[in-house]
Amino acid sequence: MPTAQSIQPAGQQKVTIRATDTAWNLQWDELWQHRELLYFLTWRDIKVRYKQTVLGVTWAILQPLAVALALAVFLGRMIRLPSDNLPYPVFAYSGMVLWQFFSQALTGASNSVVANGQIISKVYFPRLFVPLSAVLASLIDFVISLLVLAFFLVYFHILPSANVAFLPLFVLPAVLSSLGAGLWLSALNVKFRDVHHIVNFLVQFWFLATPIAYPTSVVPERWRVLYELNPMVGAVDGFRWALRGAGTFPSQSVALSVFIAVTLLITGLYYFRRVEDTFADFI
Amino acid sequence: MQTSSESGGHAICCEGIGKRYRIGPRSPNSSLRETISDTIRAPFRRLVAHGPGPAIDEREFWALRDLSLELRRGEVLGVIGRNGSGKSTLLKILSRITKPTEGQAEIRGRVGSLLEVGAGFHPELTGRENIFLNGAILGMARLEIARKFDEIVEFAECSRFLDTPMKHYSSGMYLRLAFAVAAHLEVDILLLDEVLAVGDAVFQKKCLGKIEETAGNGRTILFASHDMLAVDNLCTRAICLHEGRVVLEGAPASVTSRYLEKWLPAFKDVVYDDIETAPGNDMIRLHRARVRPLHGLPADELTVRTPFLVEFECWKLAARTRLNLVAEVFNEHGVSVFVTADKDEATAPAGLLRISFTVPADLMNNGTYRIGLFVCLNGVGADIVAEWEDLLTFEIRDAASELRGAYHGQWPGAVRPDLNWKTELLEPLPASVAMDQSLK
Repeated sequence: MPTAQSIQPAGQQKVTIRATDTAWNLQWDELWQHRELLYFLTWRDIKVRYKQTVLGVTWAILQPLAVALALAVFLGRMIRLPSDNLPYPVFAYSGMVLWQFFSQALTGASNSVVANGQIISKVYFPRLFVPLSAVLASLIDFVISLLVLAFFLVYFHILPSANVAFLPLFVLPAVLSSLGAGLWLSALNVKFRDVHHIVNFLVQFWFLATPIAYPTSVVPERWRVLYELNPMVGAVDGFRWALRGAGTFPSQSVALSVFIAVTLLITGLYYFRRVEDTFADFI
Repeated sequence: MQTSSESGGHAICCEGIGKRYRIGPRSPNSSLRETISDTIRAPFRRLVAHGPGPAIDEREFWALRDLSLELRRGEVLGVIGRNGSGKSTLLKILSRITKPTEGQAEIRGRVGSLLEVGAGFHPELTGRENIFLNGAILGMARLEIARKFDEIVEFAECSRFLDTPMKHYSSGMYLRLAFAVAAHLEVDILLLDEVLAVGDAVFQKKCLGKIEETAGNGRTILFASHDMLAVDNLCTRAICLHEGRVVLEGAPASVTSRYLEKWLPAFKDVVYDDIETAPGNDMIRLHRARVRPLHGLPADELTVRTPFLVEFECWKLAARTRLNLVAEVFNEHGVSVFVTADKDEATAPAGLLRISFTVPADLMNNGTYRIGLFVCLNGVGADIVAEWEDLLTFEIRDAASELRGAYHGQWPGAVRPDLNWKTELLEPLPASVAMDQSLK
């Protein structure tokens, strides 16, 4: 039967649609099957972000750089905040690089489902890719701004130790917690558009509660554990530790950070999976 | 493999599918806080004995109810019905965009759904980039898109603009490219929703041809449409939905003709008596809408030779606002035949108003028409404050007419106007030519 069109034999792919479905089933096989879509969505997010801008991808560097400079001038020079044995500009920029990734990923992921509402209500594909691609797109920007951090280190004659190999490891809690929180917020945003406003406020608040402009050491000891429940504390402290190559490893905050990030991710995945089937009804 | 194709095998099998929607304001107990606490409690809820099910809310409605359907491989099923009859909901459930509230469906094979052309097109990206993005969203692999790329471009006739951002595309080009990508999906089951109602006539034909070709290759197609001709021509079977239930089922020609006869003329005259519950809002409510011949009895049938009146009676509740009505008339192919607007600049007083327009004889072609009505605030084109789709449906029959001459088939065209043709002699032929002619 030599025909030009080859049709998959029936039964090769069988899907059952029913009212109830268990939210614990993440459907890895389906995610894997559609993996190229994740690539395309991420690629689109990056491509579109800098279309019709003069500076293009330079913005990925400029944004954290501008904030770090402002912090260096006002907080480093004028208020003379301590900076844990690092030159304040390096201290601020290293924190800002990671923070910029986190805030962009969180904001992007939170708004992603509503922003892609048009597609979601018309085509079926794994919805999980929508917030995930927003996080991945921010990760690309992060890698670019990381290069500038290397220039900083050279300029201030800071020789990283072997610890720098662990640097990517501390990005992980930031990725996991931005994705986890992003899953929660993006799914809630479908039903409650209040989330959009909450996120703006949340990101500002979160910034102040993270040791970007000041070191963790200024936080009173008795508040430390509470403070370190913020997963970004361990991420930023660990990130700087790897960069500085000296000092004690912030084991407590890193452990808490990983724990909270994983918790956020698991609960986020669960909630997202539980409500994703209703997205099209509410968007 | 041979046996499975001989026995046909079900491509789609639905059992008692239903979909319930909530309309109107959200129930007050659905706050952000409760949603979060509900989710946290959900895993433990199974431990608690199930109650008699959720209480019935008055603001619920079933978009689809108790639908069972079996579709064998290679069948092309047409789904017809008025707007809001459940066609789109059925397609959304089968394409897994939304979950049914009850029942289940089984689908065998790769599904491609085309509920909207160009879903996911991004205006900032070029045509080339969008082909890949849209293809990926529709479920195509990168290699598959690359392999079909030239074919898609050729089908869309857009090779010159491949590297232009799509925001600069004309709407026709946009649709052509969108459809071209979708038409090249390699799937076993294709779900189509009214996508052909767009685009120019030539391209529509090309798309229909492509779908026919697809059907010929043994694909299973489910095709929701207002276009009775397309359903008749393309489908091997048809169902008609009404208020979420299947009311007619069988051969396409018999379903479409029974649909046109039985379900449509009921809306030649709609009346809402109660000012409290009539459709509308606190500015305007609809009392009555009807189509009737300008002369003779209201119930008389309309022909292409009958001038007729389209009449709306509304309660105008907002005294100091100017409301203008806009009516749009569609034919059975889903084509908008014309839009007409009430351009009255004066502000009518509050009260029950009758607003009408006359359609002259020898303008409309024969066929089935639907009229939708919009209400615009402060002049046509401004804010739409109320909108009623498919408010009226009526039929205009053919009539003996000197316009037709000796031609007895269906007169083509969206309209059939009686236009004045004129013949004038500008100058007689020169004598020499006239001689030659007469010799022949």
